[in-house]
Amino acid sequence: MISISGLLGQLFAIALALVLAPLLTGWVNQCRAVLQSRSAPPLLQPYFMLHKLFRKDVVMAHSASSLFRTAPFVIFGCMLLACAIIPSLSTDLPFAPAADMLALVGVFGLARIFISLAAMDIGTSFGSLGGRREMLIGFLAEPALLMVIFTTAMISQSTSVATIVETLAHRDFIIYPSLAFAGIAFTMISLAENARVPVDNPATHLELTMIHEAMILEYSGRHLALIEWAASLKLYAYSCLGLALFFPWGIAEKDNFLGLIGAIPLLLLKLGIGGFVLALIETVNAKMRIFRAPEFLGTAFLLAVLGLLVRLLLETRV
Amino acid sequence: MPPLISIDVLLIAACAWLAIGLAGMLAPRRLEFISKTLFPFGSVVSFIVGVTALFFLGDEPQATVLAIGLPTLPFHLRLDNLAAVFVLLLGFVSFGISVYAAGYFRKGEGAAPGLLCIEYHLFLASMLMVLLADDAYAFMVAWEGMALSSFLLVTTDHRHEAIRRAGYLYLLIAHVGAISILLSFGVMTGGAGDYTFAGMRAQELSPFWGSAAFLLALVGFGAKAGLVPVHVWLPEAHPAAPSPVSAMMSGIMLKTAIYGLLRVCFDLVGTTIWWWGVVAMAIGLVTALFGVLYSTVQSDMKRLLAYSSIENIGLLAVGIGLALLFHSFHMEILAALAMTAVFYHCLAHAGFKSLLFLCTGSVLHATHERSLGRLGGLIHRMPWVAWLALLGVIASAGLPPLSGFVSEWLLLQAFLFSPGLPHSWLNMIVPVAAAVIALVAAMAGFAMVKFHGIIFLGQMREPNLIHAHDAGPWERAGLVWLAVLTVLLGVLPSTLIGLIDGATQQLLGTGLAGRVAEHGWAMLAPISPDRASYMPMLFLATIATVLLLARWMVRRFYHGRTRRSDAWDCGYFFQGPRAQDTAEGFSQPIRRIFEPMFRMERHFPSIRDEQPYYSVKVEDHFWYWLYLPVARVADWVSGLIVRIQGGRIAIYLLYSFLTLLLLLLVARP
Repeated sequence: MISISGLLGQLFAIALALVLAPLLTGWVNQCRAVLQSRSAPPLLQPYFMLHKLFRKDVVMAHSASSLFRTAPFVIFGCMLLACAIIPSLSTDLPFAPAADMLALVGVFGLARIFISLAAMDIGTSFGSLGGRREMLIGFLAEPALLMVIFTTAMISQSTSVATIVETLAHRDFIIYPSLAFAGIAFTMISLAENARVPVDNPATHLELTMIHEAMILEYSGRHLALIEWAASLKLYAYSCLGLALFFPWGIAEKDNFLGLIGAIPLLLLKLGIGGFVLALIETVNAKMRIFRAPEFLGTAFLLAVLGLLVRLLLETRV
Repeated sequence: MPPLISIDVLLIAACAWLAIGLAGMLAPRRLEFISKTLFPFGSVVSFIVGVTALFFLGDEPQATVLAIGLPTLPFHLRLDNLAAVFVLLLGFVSFGISVYAAGYFRKGEGAAPGLLCIEYHLFLASMLMVLLADDAYAFMVAWEGMALSSFLLVTTDHRHEAIRRAGYLYLLIAHVGAISILLSFGVMTGGAGDYTFAGMRAQELSPFWGSAAFLLALVGFGAKAGLVPVHVWLPEAHPAAPSPVSAMMSGIMLKTAIYGLLRVCFDLVGTTIWWWGVVAMAIGLVTALFGVLYSTVQSDMKRLLAYSSIENIGLLAVGIGLALLFHSFHMEILAALAMTAVFYHCLAHAGFKSLLFLCTGSVLHATHERSLGRLGGLIHRMPWVAWLALLGVIASAGLPPLSGFVSEWLLLQAFLFSPGLPHSWLNMIVPVAAAVIALVAAMAGFAMVKFHGIIFLGQMREPNLIHAHDAGPWERAGLVWLAVLTVLLGVLPSTLIGLIDGATQQLLGTGLAGRVAEHGWAMLAPISPDRASYMPMLFLATIATVLLLARWMVRRFYHGRTRRSDAWDCGYFFQGPRAQDTAEGFSQPIRRIFEPMFRMERHFPSIRDEQPYYSVKVEDHFWYWLYLPVARVADWVSGLIVRIQGGRIAIYLLYSFLTLLLLLLVARP
């Protein structure tokens, strides 16, 4: 059942995710700097950063427990698994049956629980603040994400990521209102889940506003490196998921080696545009108060439900 | 002599439990004998019960009639697949709890150990008899035995006023429920007077009477399970009871109510009307949302878990509702999917919730503290309990790769099929109900992070926590067993679904076993792999491999050096334990976002306060909306009745005489 080419393709996809994820973060930072008329950091800055962090000693608080040391590895593992399941180049992924879309949400949930618990482990005021806010964002975003998934799953009659992407890619190019709603909702959720403006700001250590940064304040050295890497993998995973669901054209299917080669530049192009759009959104929006976040995510949720209802009401059954 | 069949083994086990209980009465004060000899014996019996059910699953039903009971109605007993699934649950989960209990009970805590021993084992035996009963009388006797023995266990620490109140409330609601169940059985006999379950199955009920039986059963079993609005006893009784008892009530006893509901809806009534499913689903959704919201704002660790149990019961009711809905439209495969989700969630919840309740027991013994605000940092002193609790927390939050995820996944898959319902508006409303399920699952994660983070992580909030000790060997063994169940249920879903499939087939005529078995033990694909699949082993293996590989590579190419220092905390100077979130602080966002859902009394200090303090008290709306008005009416009515109570015997004799006359008038032959 598992072909050699499939397995190679799978390993290649994982390796590509590991390599491309920091690049994507670097690209978004560059775009943002240019849009905000700042001088941009080098494109490869995230790699330098990771290398530097890996070399440094870990400085851990006295009250850190074994959970604190384990969490970065678990989070990294979860994000890598997510990247392995989401089709970026090809839908022929031997790991894909391990988790469908619902389980994918579960993977992100597992990582979230671990990072929140690790944040609470030291017992500082910022840590527990970050953990609580992260869980807040999580439980608001997760149902919305599930509704988006339900909409796509109802179109393709499946929750398997590969089947959904194949079905969507084979449709004629028509704008489906349900998918449009789902797409907007998904964008909003991705912003919240990846700690981006307007929900969180990855560039700030301004105490009262931070969420993600508050949780990882106590991390240093290799642990911090893994968490940062995992964060960029998460951004990469969400970008690939968005591209695969809403712009699936060009993703290769089973036993199509040429398609695989052709898919690489297309993926780079799509990610490049996606990263630019993300930077644009972050530039034109202001960060909002934490208690506006429920409204923001509530809107995303309602849009997703609307998409589902539109699907059920207006669009013909397959 | 005929060969020993499963039902005989189970009967012997019930007798063995009773004998063990009675043995405790021989030396009611000898704690060492009771806890280290009798409880382990009880756990061996539990294990035998579990194994018997395991081997029985998939077999033909076995029935027997005992020579006790009413003159015209001896005890009918029957073991079929539906009962066997719950017997399996009872046996294996109570095995872990009994092993734990062997190390739990201490001298000088509440009732005499001998009393505890007999109540505990009577509780176990009556739960087994509830599952085996095959006529209304045997069922009600066992049901009452279960209610009474658990009431006595709840009030173990009866010297505290609050615990007596909790016990009273529990007993009251249990009996309101019991009356409703009795009436439901009465309706199902259809006036034929045959109170055996076989007689009820033979009755053809009209839709009206069928619905009456269903609604009465829903109220009756709902009161035991904790469906809104008859849930109020749960958050009172669970914290009052000793932890093994809380674990047993939450993990096993609530499931007997689910068993009863399934037995009535799918087996005894005989017909199914689609709106029953809608009613069950609506109540389930309200219960689940209510339970999870309240569990996030609790400050007492056992109350938090009690509300979380309410949430899980809500999810089970949603599953039952969905199964009823599909069943009424004859979409049996989808009904089987929802039904499998229900069975699986019963097993999963029994495992992880018992585990969590037992963990609170260990924390309680180590610290004498139930309030989250006085705990913290216990992972340093109690690593075993903390890490095992983490497994329970992940399962309870419904996250892969543990048990809670499988059942939620199955339930959501069933929801995805609901647009196929041949009903104009149902097929649109029902998928949106899945959104509520998603919200509930995500909020359960919030509650569980709060539970684990505040108890086990951070700095110790009280100085005396430094003397906390880890669980003893017996307690640890019980916890490990339940954790193993949770992990197994998480990673071997296909095998286990194959096992419990006999029950689904019995209720619906079709099951998932064939479809699931096609893809081997590693892959769970209830309909087809193209449609949806989940491979927990590969899932777990990938994360574990990445974890180990990343660790090895970092050490190979860089280094593994670690230094310790004070926490950084943005350079903030005050880092004492008081700077951490309290339990109330952690749930502040929830209280703020869902403010109308809670009844809150808050006190904020003003500028001029000499001794400023903040306080918040969160209460249940239902007390004020439902229970207190009912209590006032009851008070008022009894006030009226007092007037005719003169206290003189002649007056009372007159009343008896008048009643007799009235009855003779009414009931003329």
